[in-house]
Amino acid sequence: MDSSVDRIARPWGSRTPYDRHASWPARVDTHLEAGVAPEQVQRWVRAASILHSDGDAMDIAVVDGRTAGVRGRVDDRVNRGRLGPKDAFGWQANSSSGRLTRPLVREDGRLVECDWDTAMERVTSRSRELLTRRGPGSIGFYTSGQLYLEEYYTLAVLARAGIGTSHLDGNTRLCTATAGEALKESFGCDGQPGSYDDIDHADVIALFGHNIAETQPVQWMRILDRLEGGDPPRLVCVDPRPTRVARRAAVHLAPRVGTNVALLNALLHEIIRAGRVDHDYVRTHTVGFEELASRVEECTPEWAARICDVPAASIRAAADLLGAADRLLSTVLQGVYQSHQATAAAVQINNLHLVRGMLGRPGAGVLQMNGQPTAQNTRECGADGDLPGFRNWQNDDHVADLARVWNVEPSTIPHHTPPTHAMQMFRYAEQGSIRMLWISGTNPAVSLPELARVRSILQQERLFVVVQDLFLTETARLADVVLPAATWGEKTGTATNADRTVHLSEKAVEPPGEARPDLDVFLDYAARMDFRDKDGGPLITWHDPESAFEAWKRCSAGRPCDYTGLTYAKLRGASGVQWPCNEQAPDGTPRLYADGVAWAHPDVCESYGKDLVTGAADDVVEYRSLNPDGKAVIRAADYLPPHEAPDEDHPFQLTTGRTLYHFHTRTKTARAPQLNAAAPDVWVEASASDAAALGLHEGDLVEVGTRRGAVRGRLRVTDIRPGLLFLPFHYGYWDTEGGHGPGGGMPGRAANETTVTDWDPASKQPLFKTAAAALRLVERGDGRVAPAPTTTASAPSRADAAPATVGGPTALVTESSVPARDRRAQEAP
Amino acid sequence: MNGIAFTLRALHHGERHLAGQLIAVAERHRTEHEVHHVARDLAAWSRAHVASLAEAARAHGLDLDGSPGAPATGATGVLSTLREKTAEAVGRRPEPGLLLLRDLRELHLSAAENSLYWEMLAQAAQATKDDELLAVVSSCHPQTLRQMRWTNTLIKNLSPQVLTCP
Repeated sequence: MDSSVDRIARPWGSRTPYDRHASWPARVDTHLEAGVAPEQVQRWVRAASILHSDGDAMDIAVVDGRTAGVRGRVDDRVNRGRLGPKDAFGWQANSSSGRLTRPLVREDGRLVECDWDTAMERVTSRSRELLTRRGPGSIGFYTSGQLYLEEYYTLAVLARAGIGTSHLDGNTRLCTATAGEALKESFGCDGQPGSYDDIDHADVIALFGHNIAETQPVQWMRILDRLEGGDPPRLVCVDPRPTRVARRAAVHLAPRVGTNVALLNALLHEIIRAGRVDHDYVRTHTVGFEELASRVEECTPEWAARICDVPAASIRAAADLLGAADRLLSTVLQGVYQSHQATAAAVQINNLHLVRGMLGRPGAGVLQMNGQPTAQNTRECGADGDLPGFRNWQNDDHVADLARVWNVEPSTIPHHTPPTHAMQMFRYAEQGSIRMLWISGTNPAVSLPELARVRSILQQERLFVVVQDLFLTETARLADVVLPAATWGEKTGTATNADRTVHLSEKAVEPPGEARPDLDVFLDYAARMDFRDKDGGPLITWHDPESAFEAWKRCSAGRPCDYTGLTYAKLRGASGVQWPCNEQAPDGTPRLYADGVAWAHPDVCESYGKDLVTGAADDVVEYRSLNPDGKAVIRAADYLPPHEAPDEDHPFQLTTGRTLYHFHTRTKTARAPQLNAAAPDVWVEASASDAAALGLHEGDLVEVGTRRGAVRGRLRVTDIRPGLLFLPFHYGYWDTEGGHGPGGGMPGRAANETTVTDWDPASKQPLFKTAAAALRLVERGDGRVAPAPTTTASAPSRADAAPATVGGPTALVTESSVPARDRRAQEAP
Repeated sequence: MNGIAFTLRALHHGERHLAGQLIAVAERHRTEHEVHHVARDLAAWSRAHVASLAEAARAHGLDLDGSPGAPATGATGVLSTLREKTAEAVGRRPEPGLLLLRDLRELHLSAAENSLYWEMLAQAAQATKDDELLAVVSSCHPQTLRQMRWTNTLIKNLSPQVLTCP
């Protein structure tokens, strides 16, 4: 049976309830452009979403050589046919006006169109000149979380072995670095232990700083369906905002931002005190428990209550739920990763699972989530500050093995220091030791902290900036060379989601104008630079997505992220396979660590660990003595106060974040009419009590100021914790007169005008959630309302304060239920 | 004054000195953001060590200042503001990289000196079965080692870029 649902007004669609341990019923969501009926679609082309980290499997509808809509793929275990609002509407951006169709180069201060030869010649001649005169350390690459695996791998090879630079990172640094680091700290190696299928089996689901309703809307549909079914899970929510998750939680903790470690230490204190430790598991599979037990001994709920400003009784209630769970699933995202003591806090969540023995079984898992769709690919391919294949830069055998795969001398691959992280690359550029920065698929002029500083770095005369993107972004406007890129639906490649599921996305239509796939651009550059291996043959031997994938498989062989059992042909059959996939596990691996933690062995592990406070790297001798048998490492951490505390001038704490209808710097979502209309401009959230104390009302124009800068927006009064302000991030300037910044005396619109340049010492992930801020009235609203959705965490505290967010006729998505009989047939191999 | 009292006094001085150095480095390198923030966190450890040492010294007939504030080298007021302004003004030039390496080296040497004193105190405490002193050493010395590891890691990571890319 079909029904049509306004998926802006009802983002999570209709419910398909199911019972614990049953499998999630399928339902197919379809959205086609106005006037196109399903039978008019000429081809359905396989793809997976790149607007969040779920990797929802979907098919692209092609009519007369153009994209005309999408539908969810029913036989995929990740989304079982469902689409989130960004999946359903985001594709329209591909055909919006304003796509870059020709390369641009800067002439007399202005960007002018040119052909590919001219643009690439500029890039290669500058590269050669810098290599000769200043060495490989003068060239840096900053990539994305939205390209495909094949592209990251190619970039990693050309940067590390071709140029020979340590400076290669992804913007996944901003969203996922802590997830990767926390997994390395606890399990010796990156790689998500759990699976989204754990949602079907858990009796307690704890969401730490993870507004899954807005960041992974399809998995929230899954949780909602379980909440409506038999034996529903109970939710524990840690979030200072009144999210949809918080509203459905059995226990909601809204701590002061920057205090996650104190809260988690208190939860661990309670669990240990109440004797809810699985001592057999701890003895068999871990090291470090005694240290943790002694460090959290004093961390009572009352102690944490004073630091976090939450009731001690609520901490106890949460600890009871976590401690008594039969199958506990925890998920973690930016509320932890972009906050003070990020890695230390994320590691305590791993500890919670280790002390309770909650790993490797259906429903017992931890999901250290990703913010971006192909963040996992940057991590495994080594395009983000790691070596490819989760190899350990401190382990000479690993480097030698990588050199063998690439047929180069080990000394060709820089490994005397850890790969440079993005924030340090921008610092080197600021100081002038990096002279060329090639930025692909991302927009640091909006997404990095302290934007005035970032703009001044990118605008330096001596820095040569190459930008490869779909649109003339804020960053592209500051570039010396702009390369027009093809995107999802216009190129082929694989994407691996947060639970290790690999999907193939295929080319459905031609890219506009002369835009080219990122892979082709990197291959062209490698050919023009004539990178060679140690025998004089070409360093890069592949020429298209499938041959790049085969090359990556050789690099991944024998490593934890083993892809050797996969082929494009196989991915065209079964939809969505979780790595490792090899001879031993030909159908992939749903959960890691079912039989202990094998990859933490000193000879295998990706990292020997870091000091959670200082970020200092441990060495192999220390690691071997700590963990000779390669068990999971329980690492304790003390709470430290945040680096910026409110004071008289800046009495509020400020947090920033993504909301449901927008993604990254809105280059795509702002060009999808339904998504843009739902959240068209920046706003400011404050609590009802703070607004009343300052005499502020819904819709007043206010200014949020920090020591870095200020942003103006209309006020939304919500149930956010008092003392805290919220700004949605990534509203930029491309659609304003300023173009790349708040020009002409215009006030700031991007949340990152205000955020601090500070990062977690272990993961190097910038902190976007702990600034001190002031709030002041600029102009009365006089009946206007904030441009904030009412369907999400930004819902007004008084329901009648703003009209409900709706999408109308253009936002209808068809939801087709799939009869159980057909479903079985679909699921059969 | 016996040897233990002498060592306590010397280490007390050393920890105060290191706390002051860390704050000074944090200010001088305000545009080296990780250094700026972590140095301040690590100064708090040294200040706590100062308080613990003053407490332990009492049992040895010594009256050492246990106040966690006022680090040994002046780091507040006009001087500190001046350092911050200088840091911002020269933040775009490469030479501060060399200055940073020098400062990190000095921090490392100060921490190493403190570490050796902690080692001496640990041995003396064991020899005299002074459990209280041993407890102080056991809780503080690991943090001194972490301070050393931090400076060592930074020097290792920054040297290639600072020394080879002008």
